[in-house]
Amino acid sequence: MVAPAALRVVRCGGGSLHGARAVFSADSKQVGLGPGSFIPGGVYLLCASGDFVKMYSLATEETLRLMGGHADLVTGIQLNAHNHMQLYSSSLDGTIKLWDFMDGIPIKTFTVGSRLLALYVLASSEDSVFVVIPKSGERDTFQLVSVKLPKGAGQDLEAKELSVVLDGVDASPKHIAFGREGEYVASVKDVNLQVYFFKQKQLNRFSVSAVKTKSGNNQFSCVACHPTEDCIATGHADGKIRLWRNFCHKKEYTFSTLHWHHDIVMDLAFSVEGTSLLSGGVESVLVLWHNESDCQKDFLPRLGSPIEYISMASDGTLCCTLHTDNRITIINSNLRFSRSIQGLIKSADIKTGLVVDPRTKALVLNGEPGHLQFYSLQSDQQLFSLDIVQRQYIHQAGLNQIDLVKVAFSPQGKWLATVEEREEVTDPELQLKLWFYDEETQSFKLNTRINMPHEDHITDMCFRDMDELEDDSLVLVTAGRDCVFKVWVMVEDTDPEAQQSVSWSCDFVGSYHNYQATNCCFSEDGSLLAVSFEETVTVWDSVTWDLKCTFCHPPGKIRNICFGRLTCSKYLIGATDSGFLCCWNLLSCALEWSAHLNILVLQPDPLSEHIAAVSWLSKESSLFVFKPNEPRPIYIQRNFCREKIQLAAFVPRDEPETIGSEKYLWLRRSQLFFLTDTQELITLSMKSLEERLTPSSKQLAVEESLPVTPFSLLLGKHRHQQSQEDIDLGKVFLRNKRAQDSPAVKELLHTPAHVLPSASFLCPLFINSLLISKENKSAEEVADEVEMESEKTEDDSDEERDVTEMEQEDTSPVELLGEMTCKLSKSQEKELRKIRKMDFSWLSAF
Amino acid sequence: MGEFEVHRVRFFGLVPAGVRCLACQPRGGRLALARTDGAVEVYNFAANYFQEKVIPGHDARSVEALCWAAGERLFGAGLGGDITEYDLARLCVARSVDGCGGPIWSMAANRSGTQLAIGCEDGSVKLFQVVPGGIQFERNLDRRKGRILCLSWHPSDTHIAAGSIDVLRVFDVCSGQTIQRIMVNYHVHKVKRECIVWSIAFLSSGTIVTSDSFGRVQFWDWERGTLLESHTVSASAVLSLSVSEKEDSIIVGTSTGATYQFQLLPVKMGSLEKRWVRTKPFQHHTHDVRAVAHSSTALISGGLDAQLVIRPLMEKIQKKGYEAALRKFTFPHRRLVSCARKARLLLFQFSQHLELWRLGSTNETGKDGEVLPLCRMPEHLVQLKSKGPEHIYCSCVSPCGSWVAYSTASRFHLYRVQYEGDSVSVKKVPKVPKLLLPAYQLQFSADSGNLFVASARGSVHVLQLLEPGGCKHLHVLQPPSGCPEAVYLLAVSADGHWLAAVSGDWAIHVYNLKCFKHHCTVPMYSCAVTALAIHPITNNLVIAYSDQQLFEFSIPEKQYTAWSRTVQNCGLHKVWLERDSPITHITFNPKNPSHILLHDIYMFCVLDKSLPLPDNSALLMNQSTLKQLPETARQRQLHAFKICKKFQPLLFADLLDENCLVMVERPIMDIKTQLPLPIQQKKFGT
Repeated sequence: MVAPAALRVVRCGGGSLHGARAVFSADSKQVGLGPGSFIPGGVYLLCASGDFVKMYSLATEETLRLMGGHADLVTGIQLNAHNHMQLYSSSLDGTIKLWDFMDGIPIKTFTVGSRLLALYVLASSEDSVFVVIPKSGERDTFQLVSVKLPKGAGQDLEAKELSVVLDGVDASPKHIAFGREGEYVASVKDVNLQVYFFKQKQLNRFSVSAVKTKSGNNQFSCVACHPTEDCIATGHADGKIRLWRNFCHKKEYTFSTLHWHHDIVMDLAFSVEGTSLLSGGVESVLVLWHNESDCQKDFLPRLGSPIEYISMASDGTLCCTLHTDNRITIINSNLRFSRSIQGLIKSADIKTGLVVDPRTKALVLNGEPGHLQFYSLQSDQQLFSLDIVQRQYIHQAGLNQIDLVKVAFSPQGKWLATVEEREEVTDPELQLKLWFYDEETQSFKLNTRINMPHEDHITDMCFRDMDELEDDSLVLVTAGRDCVFKVWVMVEDTDPEAQQSVSWSCDFVGSYHNYQATNCCFSEDGSLLAVSFEETVTVWDSVTWDLKCTFCHPPGKIRNICFGRLTCSKYLIGATDSGFLCCWNLLSCALEWSAHLNILVLQPDPLSEHIAAVSWLSKESSLFVFKPNEPRPIYIQRNFCREKIQLAAFVPRDEPETIGSEKYLWLRRSQLFFLTDTQELITLSMKSLEERLTPSSKQLAVEESLPVTPFSLLLGKHRHQQSQEDIDLGKVFLRNKRAQDSPAVKELLHTPAHVLPSASFLCPLFINSLLISKENKSAEEVADEVEMESEKTEDDSDEERDVTEMEQEDTSPVELLGEMTCKLSKSQEKELRKIRKMDFSWLSAF
Repeated sequence: MGEFEVHRVRFFGLVPAGVRCLACQPRGGRLALARTDGAVEVYNFAANYFQEKVIPGHDARSVEALCWAAGERLFGAGLGGDITEYDLARLCVARSVDGCGGPIWSMAANRSGTQLAIGCEDGSVKLFQVVPGGIQFERNLDRRKGRILCLSWHPSDTHIAAGSIDVLRVFDVCSGQTIQRIMVNYHVHKVKRECIVWSIAFLSSGTIVTSDSFGRVQFWDWERGTLLESHTVSASAVLSLSVSEKEDSIIVGTSTGATYQFQLLPVKMGSLEKRWVRTKPFQHHTHDVRAVAHSSTALISGGLDAQLVIRPLMEKIQKKGYEAALRKFTFPHRRLVSCARKARLLLFQFSQHLELWRLGSTNETGKDGEVLPLCRMPEHLVQLKSKGPEHIYCSCVSPCGSWVAYSTASRFHLYRVQYEGDSVSVKKVPKVPKLLLPAYQLQFSADSGNLFVASARGSVHVLQLLEPGGCKHLHVLQPPSGCPEAVYLLAVSADGHWLAAVSGDWAIHVYNLKCFKHHCTVPMYSCAVTALAIHPITNNLVIAYSDQQLFEFSIPEKQYTAWSRTVQNCGLHKVWLERDSPITHITFNPKNPSHILLHDIYMFCVLDKSLPLPDNSALLMNQSTLKQLPETARQRQLHAFKICKKFQPLLFADLLDENCLVMVERPIMDIKTQLPLPIQQKKFGT
């Protein structure tokens, strides 16, 4: 494996995932694979996610495919109305791409030129799509244009035929909807609704009163059109839904109002028949309105977070809601919760920092309000969500609710400490909770709850990191803005009624010159505690709690501190807000070196001496990796990210990576993850994109959930016939089956035609797979081998690579032939010999 | 505008009666309204919904249904069991016929206006023929048990749909048989509850629309007896329903005070398939909406909270303006208060009694906007109860305060009130002359020597009041050409020389009182007169019309004054013309002859004729902005209309002396507290 020239910045989750409504893949006629197995319509869910289009399996909730290629945010995805296996996507980079999402390959790229803000595809318009683009020359005005997609041969095409449909539309994709059979288009902006009829070329404008009523403002927030009737539903900022009818008349239009939401209606969707209407908003409740009646409605409450988008499957069996915290909820047609797809949950503000759970190696951070999420980096899934605050969260803007602000794990992950507080200026409400990991229930159990552990906000919290020591020597330190740090220890619980044997109580309170304590951390061996008090770092003996020494680097206040590890444990690193990174020697109590850097994040690797520091300078984040014993950084990556890096964490690898380059040795044992201020999780990777994205397990998942194609049907039928012939043709069947299970055949059947090598090459392979080796005579043996084979399917990569290599060499058939004979003589000589000896009498059975 | 000492009177405890039923005149411009106390009112659409006629109620005569038949004839029926025809010229009951079926719950006239159907307590539907000079019983239709709460004729006059409890029935008018019976049940968990069909409408397409006590509006196919559509609009009962003449729109009223419109809309553009869609909800009322009506341009609803709400349909109105305003009428468009200026007394007219109050007084002075402490509280002097079931038509107190007169449908009363220190004695004047009753308006002359009684056929009786408590019939003033309608407004000049009388045909006749002769007729104007008064100095007659126009007519010169012509040439301010309530009283300031004081329910205005008229670009209600301007700028901004909206709703305003005003307010909240509690509704956020 060749080491790549540089580390790649890889976005691996989080961010604001959903730029547009999700799309259910259209089902291919809902045919069962065999008796009993039945796949409901819409097997996949496609989502715009940052620069990518994600494809989820509805059966397993897994991310099956990540289709990358756009250079900027994907703003719209729509199925091709004429080929349901294809998907259009539009992006801010000014291109529309047509994908074959089953294979994840871009078929065509149409370059439009200006930024595309929304995409609409109509079944009625054969070769054009509709996009929203900014009006040239004017800021913040947008227009809806229809783009004629040229029918060229090449992959990259220019789409230059634009015709303006509507002017003065809004940029949001939710503000435009196309009516029944594409007869009209409705667009809302502020307090105005415009409807354009394509056939009549008639534009009608309506508006609601602009005056702010006492119930809020009247502005439109979203629009949806009835699939079969002339009816437009609009959502408003005051929570009302208006159903417009008769809007083909300028004067005699009329509307009725549905009102349940107390805050802005975020999205609306009609059911496929149009008999019911779904609406969602901040309340996190999906409302189903029947027959457009104010009195008949059903609710699906407690969806967790505000609903951002609602989309319906084309057959109406499923609908999905995308939430502001990046969760996707799949809902059955009877308004029952079906499943939810959740990666990194986006919370309002990550106050806890990025913490790695030592037990599961999951990233732990704020999740749902008041919850702690455990996010598995490997599977991009939420492992679980721990309710810390344990209070009802009220979905309403402007309420001060208790939130989780700090979290710390004990070194083995046996204890979890959490701090929650209510943001109040005068009198903060604080609570420190200590949780014990219960092996039986495999979850954290509340052990101690301490009300008002500090008088003011808690700024930092850490456990003493001592691996070998006994459990009862565990120490927790909290630093508060009330100018003290407190040491908490476990004590035997004397209360006989207590259910647990230990609880936590305060052991020591330290302070320094009445300065606010801002950071705290333990040295690697746990003997020293460093606590920063504004400008000063104090070092304390962790046994006697004596103040040992102080460091400072005026005039800056200390922003971060950490101790060096392993060979560098004699150093203490601190970053100040005046833009200095300092390294003090604990033995000489002197400044070892300092560097002028505006460090935002300082993160030591727990498994090596390396320390990562992220600086923020003139709108670019830069990464520096260094060892404390040398002032020169080992690795610098300047401007690796446009966003501000908020947090970072080293996540230990399961097994050390083999790394060729000296430069990247620091990535050997741990992987570094960053969280930007848009809550996007990014990492540095040496692997290429494809390698990283398609682990073998996912590849398999794709194969298993392949859609029903005519070919696979034929295959299924064939199998069925065989099962009937099973009795009289037992042996032959088994062998046949073996042939079909052979990876070569499987590959042949499942590889798209355009990537297959030439038939002349495939033919011998295919024939070979059909042949029966003479050695295995007894049926049991054969069966054994079948099992073996199926176990080995994961190791089929050799075969795969062969195929791909062949594909590359396909260009020179002469050479190929020569090589092939050569190959045959070497690797398959044995087989050839076998063929010669083969008894072909079984062929008469066919 | 000038500063006044204002008596802010809030002790007039008037509670208007709730609206019981409404009837739009077919193809006509009138709306008949009946109140729960039996009063019947007629509003004229053409005259900006002016309350043109009022027939006061009667204790024994409740009105459950009203309908127009045979053109202009108005019939009412009620729980008394009688069918009543009203005389709209004389504003009284013309004749009454017993329905012979117990209390009558509903009545409907057929499309051609020749037949009336009534639905009775005993479950019978009876047909009456409308004949000249009355109605004649024709036949009984098939009778079943259960009161008939609502009735509707098919537009072809061949069938009648009747709604009862749990059931609606369709009768064939020719055979009188029940030909369809539809159960309108409601089942909850196998428990059957009584379902009352409150209102019904028969559409020409054969669809029957019902509204019931479970908040449903249902559409039935009467021939098959099947339910076509059902809309649940409310958790409480839907009490009333009305269909537009084109049958493309329906308005329903519910017991929560909300009204909803249903519209028949095409499902797709250009397709013939149409569906009823609930469109606009309105919440103008706080209590039961017992009656709704659908005119060609407006949705009209009346509720138990005494409000009549006229909500124009914007799409049916060609130009924005007076037509397009939402109107809410709670109070009558006429005066119920009269004032004795010299004695500082107020007479309040209730439906069955009068109250005489003495105003309080103060001896302190203060700055603009200050509330002065009273040294003498207002005093309730006398309460005069009218005997018998008839309600009071009109009342008046003389300027000196020693005479009080009122009239009911059949009786006229005159009282002599004497004040001796703090005690008050009331003495009925015996042997009042026989007059043509009822009287519609009473007016004392400025010197309290004469009483003018407005009467039917355009006549005005002049009575001379004699000390110590007697009266003599002096003369009957009548328009020279005769007039079928009753006089409803009177104005007398301060010098006792002139009398102006307005009759129901909106003609204004001016009489000379010195020689009891007809002096002249003010040129006819195509709108109803809402108020008029004669200037004490110039003897100019100032007339306010229901389209908010103002005219000044010089009586001595028998022509419009120059100022009036200027007003007509320049036109009044747009905002002034778009006001939705009529001027109900005009008075003058004798010390400032160029001032005209007028008021409606929502504002009090001092019209200064010496100042220029505002044009449409100027701010009409500019008093608050003027206050902030420096003196020089203020002079430039001044215009003739000085409007004060501080006192609302204003039932009466008058000038006691040159700088003392009396304002009679009746706050809506005070009325609300007198009403029964509305239906409890959960409101979000409470």
